[in-house]
Amino acid sequence: MPKKNHSGDGTAAPLPVPPIDTWWWLSHKGTTTSFLCISLFALLIRSAVSMFPYSGAGTPPKFGDFEAQRHWMEITTNLPAIDWYRNGTNNDLTYWGLDYPPLTAYQSYIHGLLLRFFNPDSVSLFSSRGHESYIGKLLMRWTVLSSDALIFFPAALFFVLVYHRNRAKSQVAWHIAIILLNPCLILIDHGHFQYNCISLGLTVGAIAAVLCGSEVLTCVFFTLALSHKQMSAYFAPAFFSHLLGKCLRRKNPILSLLKLGIAVIVTFVIVWWPYLHSVDDFLMVLSRLAPFERGIYEDYVANFWCTTSILIKWKKLFTTPSLKFMSLAATVLASLPSMVHQIFSPSNEGFLYGLLNSSMAFYLFSFQVHEKSILMPFLAATLLALKIPDHFNHLTYYALFSMFPLLCRDNLLLPYLTLHLLFTLIYHSQLPKTKASSFSFTNFPGYVFLLRTHFVISLVLHVVYLTIQPPQKYPFLFDALIMILCFSYFVMFAIYTNYTQWNFSSHFRSADKEKKQI
Amino acid sequence: MDGDRRHLLLWFFAAATAVKLLLIPSYRSTDFEVHRNWLAITHSLPLSEWYFDETSQWTLDYPPFFAYFERFLSFFARLLDPKIVDLHKGLDYSADSVVYFQRITVIFSDLSLLLGVYRLTRKVETLKRNLICVLVVWSPGLLMVDHVHFQYNGFLLGWLLLSVSFLQDGRDLIGGFLFAVVLCFKHLFAVAAPVYFVYLLRHYCWAGLATGLRRLVALGSVVVAVFAAAFGPFIYNGQIQQVISRMFPFGRGLCHAYWAPNFWVFYIILDKGLAFTLRKLGFDVQVPSASFTGGLVGDSSPFAVLPQITPLTTFVMVLLAITPCLIKAWKKPQPGLVGRWIAYAYTCGFLFGWHVHEKASLHFTIPLAIVAVQSLEDAKHYFLVSIVYCYSLFPLLYEPQEYPIKVLLLLLHSMVMWLGFTALYSDEKALKEKEGGESKSKFEIGCIEKGYLIGLVLVEIVSQFLHPYFLGDRYAFMPLMLISTYCAVGIMYSWIWQLLKILT
Repeated sequence: MPKKNHSGDGTAAPLPVPPIDTWWWLSHKGTTTSFLCISLFALLIRSAVSMFPYSGAGTPPKFGDFEAQRHWMEITTNLPAIDWYRNGTNNDLTYWGLDYPPLTAYQSYIHGLLLRFFNPDSVSLFSSRGHESYIGKLLMRWTVLSSDALIFFPAALFFVLVYHRNRAKSQVAWHIAIILLNPCLILIDHGHFQYNCISLGLTVGAIAAVLCGSEVLTCVFFTLALSHKQMSAYFAPAFFSHLLGKCLRRKNPILSLLKLGIAVIVTFVIVWWPYLHSVDDFLMVLSRLAPFERGIYEDYVANFWCTTSILIKWKKLFTTPSLKFMSLAATVLASLPSMVHQIFSPSNEGFLYGLLNSSMAFYLFSFQVHEKSILMPFLAATLLALKIPDHFNHLTYYALFSMFPLLCRDNLLLPYLTLHLLFTLIYHSQLPKTKASSFSFTNFPGYVFLLRTHFVISLVLHVVYLTIQPPQKYPFLFDALIMILCFSYFVMFAIYTNYTQWNFSSHFRSADKEKKQI
Repeated sequence: MDGDRRHLLLWFFAAATAVKLLLIPSYRSTDFEVHRNWLAITHSLPLSEWYFDETSQWTLDYPPFFAYFERFLSFFARLLDPKIVDLHKGLDYSADSVVYFQRITVIFSDLSLLLGVYRLTRKVETLKRNLICVLVVWSPGLLMVDHVHFQYNGFLLGWLLLSVSFLQDGRDLIGGFLFAVVLCFKHLFAVAAPVYFVYLLRHYCWAGLATGLRRLVALGSVVVAVFAAAFGPFIYNGQIQQVISRMFPFGRGLCHAYWAPNFWVFYIILDKGLAFTLRKLGFDVQVPSASFTGGLVGDSSPFAVLPQITPLTTFVMVLLAITPCLIKAWKKPQPGLVGRWIAYAYTCGFLFGWHVHEKASLHFTIPLAIVAVQSLEDAKHYFLVSIVYCYSLFPLLYEPQEYPIKVLLLLLHSMVMWLGFTALYSDEKALKEKEGGESKSKFEIGCIEKGYLIGLVLVEIVSQFLHPYFLGDRYAFMPLMLISTYCAVGIMYSWIWQLLKILT
């Protein structure tokens, strides 16, 4: 669609209306106004998805994530803080014990108070186990909606304002829509039922603070995000390496590092205060956060260990401690290139790529990864969407596809398809123009063919999964096929983004001859 | 350019479809069961029994074309799940199959609305066309009534818009034909029939004696043919009396249970107020035994003080209200003004009609959307009236689950309208030479309008939060009455504004 130069120069021939950019009317009043408009639409979509079933709906005795969150509200409103992570007569840790850090517990407490005010039956100790009612579901859904609106949306606005400060305003609306209408986040938070919006929102706030240059704020936000969900640690290498790189360039690196360290420690102490009175308490919480006994992978997640376990039976060949070490080593190695790059040449653009790379490395190689963890790399990808639009399009498709079995189990097939449709519509509403990068997979012979075959196979798998029963001998055959397909795409994607980030140093430091590690 | 335009229209439609698909599990009113029952009736029974069947209380009360439409749909329903069209076993059937089927038929039938908008906006410039598309295809009222509450208004309004588009193009015969078709789908559209009649007579048939007579005969025969296609089988079976009585159930009361925000709300309140004051003053005023929502009970009137209102009275009042428009149409029939006149006719029908339902407000707001982009005053007027009518539909979706959805729909619609209109009118300002009086050409909401809209928010807070908190379940009619009255003020204002616009 032809773009319009709004400031008419008056020297042109007398013509009627010049062609107008289709979405100009949405963004002509400024970024914040268009953000408000799009966020109203995003909230509408979230409210609509909330009407669909949640995880574990109507499946006693264990139910699902919804029941877990409700149970945490029950525990936190009825017991003192020190008992929340402790096994006791009133708190049976085998029935959905708390396994997120204290900020989740505080948030459950606040929401629990709300539920108790309007519907006490849903959070009364013991008797509310398996409680399912219209008003209970509605209140729980509204807690997620309000957390999203109060934490994720303002953080996204902060990011968009900072990121687009010095860029052309023609693609702001598109970018806002991509960030706010993140299909994976909507389906998991408002469908399956979780509170990822809080930790992801805090992370986005930290990222925006980095782009702004206020590093103390970054540390505060990121520590809060870590204290909400330990999975935020997927981004830790990127933050660490970028801040370290920046500090090393200051006049007094030790002082800068000290400032940031103090910010982290102070925030940490404030949040974890009830659990810092004795080492035992602290370790008790930590042990809940890292349930190593659950094994290196569960179910069928599209990461390295699970996919290769088809050929190499990791769980049988190695003990858990050695698997822990191997996954740690693999994760560190995978995130090393991007970390090294940022320490030696930190930049805002490189930082965003670093986030994507480190979270992808963690997703692929870390211990006990869930399908839902694709949210982390995906969030980083939405922030970078303007730079890697084609790859982002494919990533969305495969990220959603990797969660397809999970969503089918939750009876969320219609929202899955609809959000796919919505994403495609938004993506194609205004294709961003990008300069061709020096490295493009399209230069590789057969890449396009590979991608197309992937796509066709995935379509077939969609239909097969829904219609055909898997053979008795391999009941999870189709799950495994989906996992392999998604894993192969994620690997290609990770290689591309790592290479792109690594090449940044050649753009910035053509004069300096920095030794490169391959 | 045209391909681009089609793509964009389809884009809008697809985005609306995504939202509609997500609304599938929402609250369904009894209208859902009504339509399912009609699927069953038309499928399982022969034509001669369609208007006689009383297996369920939801009897067929739309004209025959709609019955044929349901018959067409029932073919697919049976393929999907035979129980849907079972007359007895399918009663109150609410399995996933019937919900998905019926909801998706409404989504598909909205394509006629898209076609109507496409034809109407062929000659309109880009920004205005996009805005009309947004106002019609993404109309919050349509989403709330058609896709949550459940009806087929989008489908029917599409035909109406098609008819208007042909009239605007000057192809009167087809326009008249399409209007006759719409009438045979839903007789409620007949409120605009006087406008069509006068306009077609004056514009099409007033062309010299020979051509005029020929055209009159052509038009007449087309209309008669349409009616014959619809009602023919029933006249042949001698059932026309039954069909008419089903279509016009005047046994119902002056007002629907939820009190549509029309003129009669004021009449009723005036009556109650006068009765109250007169009683206080010592006069002996009988408490009426009949109610407004019930039927005409014998000779007794539901009104204590003021004269009784009969269907005939409402008919006369509607006709009187439309008359200025008819006179204008007679004096100078301009194709460009047809949309305005039709919208005005439906406004009058809404304000003064018998047993009007809130949903009927869609009939005038959708045609008004086409007109809204024609001038700054139209835009300002539409901004106000569409917010008022959307809010008046709130009581239809009374369950808490839909509360965020309806509020967000209204807020989103207001914001999009504001952005669109400011873009439209500041853009024109930028393109013109800078003349004096710039503030007049900018889209701004006046103080009174702002005050009224803020009052709307207050009404919502009172009826939704303060009333249940302080008064609980007592005086349950008060919030509804408050909403109806407040919205009726806005709609009366719209009527007067439209009347003045037509007269000048």
